[in-house]
Amino acid sequence: MTRPGPLPSAARAIVKGDRRALARAITAIENGDPAADPVLRALYPRTRGVPVVGIAGPLGVGKSSLINALVAKLRTERRTVAVVAVDPSSPFSGGSVLGDRIRFERSADDTGVFFRSMASRGAAGGLAAATLEATRLLDAAGFDVVLVETVGSGQVDVAIREVATTRVVVVVPHLGDEVQTLKAGLFEIADVFCVNKVDLPGADLARRDLDDLVALGSWPGGWTPVVVGTSTAPPSGLDDLWAAVEAHERHLDASGGRAADERRRLSGEIVGLVRDRVGRDLIDRLERDPELRRLLDRVVARSLDPRAAADRLLAGSRRSR
Amino acid sequence: MGITTRPRRTTPIRVLIAKPGLDGHDRGAKVVARALRDAGMEVIYTGLRQSPEEIVRAALEEDVDLIGLSILSGAHMALFPRVLALLKRQRAASVPVFAGGIIPDEDAKRLKRAGIRAIFGPGTSLGEIVSTAEKLARSRA
Repeated sequence: MTRPGPLPSAARAIVKGDRRALARAITAIENGDPAADPVLRALYPRTRGVPVVGIAGPLGVGKSSLINALVAKLRTERRTVAVVAVDPSSPFSGGSVLGDRIRFERSADDTGVFFRSMASRGAAGGLAAATLEATRLLDAAGFDVVLVETVGSGQVDVAIREVATTRVVVVVPHLGDEVQTLKAGLFEIADVFCVNKVDLPGADLARRDLDDLVALGSWPGGWTPVVVGTSTAPPSGLDDLWAAVEAHERHLDASGGRAADERRRLSGEIVGLVRDRVGRDLIDRLERDPELRRLLDRVVARSLDPRAAADRLLAGSRRSR
Repeated sequence: MGITTRPRRTTPIRVLIAKPGLDGHDRGAKVVARALRDAGMEVIYTGLRQSPEEIVRAALEEDVDLIGLSILSGAHMALFPRVLALLKRQRAASVPVFAGGIIPDEDAKRLKRAGIRAIFGPGTSLGEIVSTAEKLARSRA
């Protein structure tokens, strides 16, 4: 049962603005350290549901530079901002080079900003497994806006849908013809399309293709994606971009979409947590429990097929409850 | 659905590779970053021309186990002690700092006395840098 009560000391420090406690708690989430549990539990009731803006798109389109420019803009409006920027982990060594900070230019004494790089650590979909819970801590820590930068997205990297309240899909001129925009995946989840590097030749065509896509489609939730053009050197279009994000956030409130989206996301999160725990528990038991090992032996010997084995496991686990 | 899957228990080493000072040569920093990546570490690279304040702030926000400073401008005697002092002020003096670049032997001795844990000059093998980095990061825990 989660109810507001006295906070564990790490949670109290985070709420009071201790950035180091916040950074450590994010590490604990990333590492699957049980020390994160009481902090997340204590802070969940304190989350306010601040805008979590996802910046997704292929590699090299300027996501990090856009985030830097957006942070600068939001800071001049005196809003506090936290950034979580995800980069890929190596499937070979597990290591990673997290380089999104390179574009980040804030004065070192600006306490209204927090920037955290995060390795994907094998998670599919363009984010890390820890990203969602990290955004929750940042919300509870009091930031007005959370920006999430995905791994340079492939066409099916849509995990940001499960984390962000508003999704910005960033493209650049000459990424492909209009058929690319019709393909399934990334282009289906955008609330805002951003043509970045709009000063480059071909930007008009890219915008037209996206305008066509938007005009052709029927979009769920009663929101028609907005297409904006931006550049970061020199900065232009950032006001338009942010206005589109805010318009979508207002739409979420006015239409009831925010509550519906949140319910859908939380349901997915709970199912995912259960599946994860049950799955891990089962993998352990298949190796250790003699009865389950015999079942596996029979599948290996082809006297039982995998689906029948799964049926038996499920029937067994229902009986034992 | 990777996103709702809770992370498995792992503790990769997180290391900040930073370029203090005004020189624009980061080939060495990039080569080291890549070698540490290949050794399974998560390397946060800050990019060029970072002030000691920015470096320490990044190290704390990123909650790194280790900081590597790369410098070729000759300003190491001014900038490295400043990084160490700022870490101390933030009660983060336990985060080990190593360095690489063009650092004369006498300066290296003084910097080590000041608290820089290891200094790698030109020609150091990547293997030596990786194993020292691992040792330093694990010594902290």
